[in-house]
Amino acid sequence: MTTWLHNFKCLAKRELYSYFCSPIAYIFLVMFLIIIGIFTFGDSLGNFYKLGYADLELPFFTWHPWLFMIFVPAIGMRLWSEELSKGTLELLLTMPINIKQAVLAKYFAGAFMLFLVLFFTTPLIWTVNFLGEPDNGKILSAYLGSFLMAAAFLSISSVCSALTENQVSSFILTLVICLLMILSGFPPILHILREYVPIQLLNLIEQVSIYPHYANFQKGIVSLYDCFYFLAVIIWGLLTTQHILRKK
Amino acid sequence: MLKARHLVKEFGTIKAVMGVSLDLEKGDVLGLLGPNGAGKSTTMKMITGYLEADSGEVEINGINIEEDPIGAKRNLGYLPETAPLYDEMRVIDFLNFIAEVRGLKGHQKRKHVNRAIEMCFLNQVTRQSIYTLSKGYRHRTCFAQAILHDPAMLILDEPTDGLDPNQKHEMRNMIKEMGREKAIIVSTHILEEVDAVCSRVALMNYGQVIFNGTPEDLRAVSPDHKALFVQLTAQNPHEILLSLKENFPKAKFLVDELESNYIRVKVHHHKKELNFNDRFFSLCKDKQWRIDNLETKEGRLDEVFRTLTMPNSRTDWPTASLIWNKRNDPTVTGDLGKL
Repeated sequence: MTTWLHNFKCLAKRELYSYFCSPIAYIFLVMFLIIIGIFTFGDSLGNFYKLGYADLELPFFTWHPWLFMIFVPAIGMRLWSEELSKGTLELLLTMPINIKQAVLAKYFAGAFMLFLVLFFTTPLIWTVNFLGEPDNGKILSAYLGSFLMAAAFLSISSVCSALTENQVSSFILTLVICLLMILSGFPPILHILREYVPIQLLNLIEQVSIYPHYANFQKGIVSLYDCFYFLAVIIWGLLTTQHILRKK
Repeated sequence: MLKARHLVKEFGTIKAVMGVSLDLEKGDVLGLLGPNGAGKSTTMKMITGYLEADSGEVEINGINIEEDPIGAKRNLGYLPETAPLYDEMRVIDFLNFIAEVRGLKGHQKRKHVNRAIEMCFLNQVTRQSIYTLSKGYRHRTCFAQAILHDPAMLILDEPTDGLDPNQKHEMRNMIKEMGREKAIIVSTHILEEVDAVCSRVALMNYGQVIFNGTPEDLRAVSPDHKALFVQLTAQNPHEILLSLKENFPKAKFLVDELESNYIRVKVHHHKKELNFNDRFFSLCKDKQWRIDNLETKEGRLDEVFRTLTMPNSRTDWPTASLIWNKRNDPTVTGDLGKL
C-alpha cells in the first residue's frame, strides 16, 4: 500500500509539474476566471448586480456546464494523447508501476486543476454574503455539483485522449460528447424532442444526460442518486481509459 | 538473467513475432539484429512488459513478467528507440522523477541520480529544459534514466541512432563497460556495433530468430570466411588452377577473376594441406608465377546480414531457414562455417 501511494504521488506530482511549468495551467486558470467573470457580471448575461437578490444559481452556476464543456477537454486532451504522440507512455509503462496507478494519478492531477479553478471563484461567496443573505448550503451544493460534473467531463476526456495521439482530435471528440451529454437533458431541447420521441425513451435520455443531475445540485438538492450518477461516469471513464491503454 | 520462451505477437493479420526464444546471462551483450520490420522492437517491448505477448513467457532475474510485472520491471532498464522524454521538464527533475518511481529516496536517490549524470556526461545540462537539448543530449538523458537504478538487465533499442561519431563511440564504450556486470540486449542495424560491443548476436527476420551465436559464428556463415585470396601473374594463367589442384588436392580452389595475364583464386581449406605456405611459395618460385596479392578474409558481417535476410540475393549461400534448421536439429553436428 505504501509503494502504491508513493507511486501515485510521484506520478501525480509529475503531471502537476507539467501543468505548472508550462503556461497551460496559468492560461487555463486566468481564462476561466475572466470568462466566468464576464458571464456572471455581464449586463445581458448573468446580471449579478441587477438581479436584486443575493444568489449565485442563475448568474454564476448556470454557465458552468457550458464553460466546462470547453475548458475540461482543454485540460484533458493532453492526458494520454501527449504520452502517445511523444512515446513517453512506453517509458512510463516499463517502470515498476501499473496502468491503474498511472490512470488514477494523471486523472487526479487534472481533477486538482479543476478544483483549483473552482477554488479561485470562491471570493464570489464572500461577495454574495456581503451583499445579502444567500443560502450558503445551496451554494456549497452547487459547487459540489459543478466539481462532480467537471470531474465526469474529465474522465470522458481521459477516454478520448487515450483513443488518439492527436490532441486536437481528442479535444473535439470530448467537446462533442460533453455537448451531447448537456443538450440531451437541457429543458429547451427536451421540449422540442417531446414531440418526436416516445416519453419512455425521452425519460431514458434525460437520465443519461448530465444536465438534470447537475441542475439538482444547483438547486441545493444533494441526492445519493445524482452522486452515484457522477461517480459511475467517472469510474466508467477511468476503467475504459485503462482498458484502451492496455490494448494499445 | 533473461529467459524468453516462444514469444508470439500478432497485430491483426500481421505476425510480428513468431516463437522467439532468447537466453541471456550476466556479462552477455546480445546484439539483436535484423532488417526493419523483423520484429526486434516488438520482441524487446514484450520482454520489457510494455506489450503483452499472445503466448510465451519472459523471466527476468527469475521473476515471471506476467505473474509479477512490477517485480520484473525493477530489474530492468529500457531505452526505447525514439528516446522519449517529458520535454517540459528539466533534466535533473526528470531524473529525480524516474528515481522516485524506481523507489529511490533521500541519499540513495541523490547518489544514483548523480552517478547517472556523471556516466552520461550530463553535468552541463542538468538545469536545462529537455526541449532545449540537442539530439545527442536527449539520447543520453534517456539512457541515464535506463541505468539510473543500476538494473541487472538493460534493453537498448538502437542506442546510437542519431548520435554523431564521437557520441557513438562514447555510448559503445559505456555499453561495453556495463556489459561486464549486466545482461544487455542491444537492438541495432549498424553492424559495426556488433563488433564494437556485442559478445553474442541474434539475427531476426520475419519475426523469427534465424541465427543465434557469437559474432565469430555469424561471420563464419560467409563463404569467404578464412578463405585465402591469391592473385598471380603468369604467361599462361589458365594452367595455374590445374597446377594448384594437382599440388594441393585437399584444398578447394575457385576462380575469382581470370584475365589474359593474371588469375585471382579463392582458396578454401588450405590448412588441411601440410606446410601449405612453404609449398605454395616454392611452387610459385618454380613455375615463375608472380604473387601480386595475398590476403585472408574473415567474411563481412554486412554481406552475411544481407544474404541471410534476403536469401535470394546469392544462390551459392545457405538460406536463412536452412541455417536455422541445422542449428536446431540436434542430429546435425559441425560448425556453421561448414554448411
